[in-house]
Amino acid sequence: MIPFAGWNLPVEYSGLLAEHKATRQAAGLFDISHMGQIRAQGKDTLSCLESLLANDPAKLKDGEGHYSFITNEQGGVIDDLLVYRISPEDFFLVVNASRHSEILQLLKKHETPQVRFSGNPGTASGMALQGPQASAILNQILQGAPLPPRNHIAKFTLIGANVLIATTGYTGENGYEIFSDIPTGLKMWSALLEAGMPFGLLPCGLGSRDSLRLEAGLPLNGQDLSPEITPLEAGLGFFVDLSRPRPFPGRPVLEKQKKSGSPRICIGLQGQPGQPPPRHGYPVFQGDKQIGVITSGVPSPTLGHGIALALVTTPAPGCGQDLEFEVRGRRVPAKVSPRRFLPKK
Amino acid sequence: MNTPNDLLYAKSHEWLRLEKDGATVGITDHAQSALSDVVFVELPKTGRKVKAGEVVATVESVKAASDIYAPVAGEITSVNSALPNDPGMINREPYGQGWLFRIQPEQPKPTGLLSNTDYAATLTS
Repeated sequence: MIPFAGWNLPVEYSGLLAEHKATRQAAGLFDISHMGQIRAQGKDTLSCLESLLANDPAKLKDGEGHYSFITNEQGGVIDDLLVYRISPEDFFLVVNASRHSEILQLLKKHETPQVRFSGNPGTASGMALQGPQASAILNQILQGAPLPPRNHIAKFTLIGANVLIATTGYTGENGYEIFSDIPTGLKMWSALLEAGMPFGLLPCGLGSRDSLRLEAGLPLNGQDLSPEITPLEAGLGFFVDLSRPRPFPGRPVLEKQKKSGSPRICIGLQGQPGQPPPRHGYPVFQGDKQIGVITSGVPSPTLGHGIALALVTTPAPGCGQDLEFEVRGRRVPAKVSPRRFLPKK
Repeated sequence: MNTPNDLLYAKSHEWLRLEKDGATVGITDHAQSALSDVVFVELPKTGRKVKAGEVVATVESVKAASDIYAPVAGEITSVNSALPNDPGMINREPYGQGWLFRIQPEQPKPTGLLSNTDYAATLTS
């Protein structure tokens, strides 16, 4: 167990590699109760969220969710989050554990009788069921109730309680995120472990959660995203909607970066087998010149060599170009690659 | 955790086996278990002279890179050349085939190292 954003979380249950492999080949079950669940309700909810979020929540239909950012006045990322529209006056936000209290405070500053925010840390349960067998396992418990399509959310009554099931995740696999109260969460966890056992499901810790998300090229706030890094620098401009007129914090900076480019950009790097793996904080070189730094790196269990996300100055070298990163005073070769290291499912 | 009684231990979780013609060094069962699956090992150059406590090798799991310190001063006489191709050996046999390197200690009697029971006590306190 390690301390993580005020929580004690397991790095691994049976072993990081076994958990990683189970999620890619069968299924993994992750306790994500540390993630912040915030409910926004009231008749002015949408309009309030439109003025705070970088992706436009007005695009969402009932039951639909998308990836978004809360940015500061410099366009930097305070947090990345999932925003789901349950109904026109009821939105559900899932934020990072490390930013939960800060985001709730920020949102509450905009509270009126027509928009209320709720969801304190430690009051709800969340778990992610991920992998090619995730649907088959969840269907055992749902007993025929149809699951929502990708990036959607729906209410279910399970084990006599209300739960929200979203078809989202952080592993690059198909899967589900299940949100409920704590007693229901405890029962769901046991029920899913039992139903999943014949399929090869393993409970998974923070360690495999990190290696899985990085293979899928998904960013981690605090490493690949920060108040000093904009979504455009992180290569996530797709999730910033500048086509609508509504202002939101940092919009002018993001517009300028979209028009004339950002000073830095996030690239993918692939190392070689038998070489030391890239890690967070290692400097990145093009020839003799340091062009940036690795924000996340790991020896990829699936590929068998190191993979990394690096923030480098622009113009950035293109895919296939040779760079080096520095490990313990020596240079190690790496090739620029797409940020998604595994094929899309 | 397994801590054989014929070895000496460093607080930083290396073990030293004194032999007639030098000593063998590896990491303890506790260390391999804490690191979990080892995927990369960087070993010192043969002939390198090291001080006690100096970083001489690196063992990397998926989650982190960990420094390995020389338990005694001396000269590296050989390294386990099978490890780079099978780093998981460190997890499977930390006191056997998963050894890291051999060293010719400067002093015949090493100082500052712990017995197996004293080392085991550091793990529970």
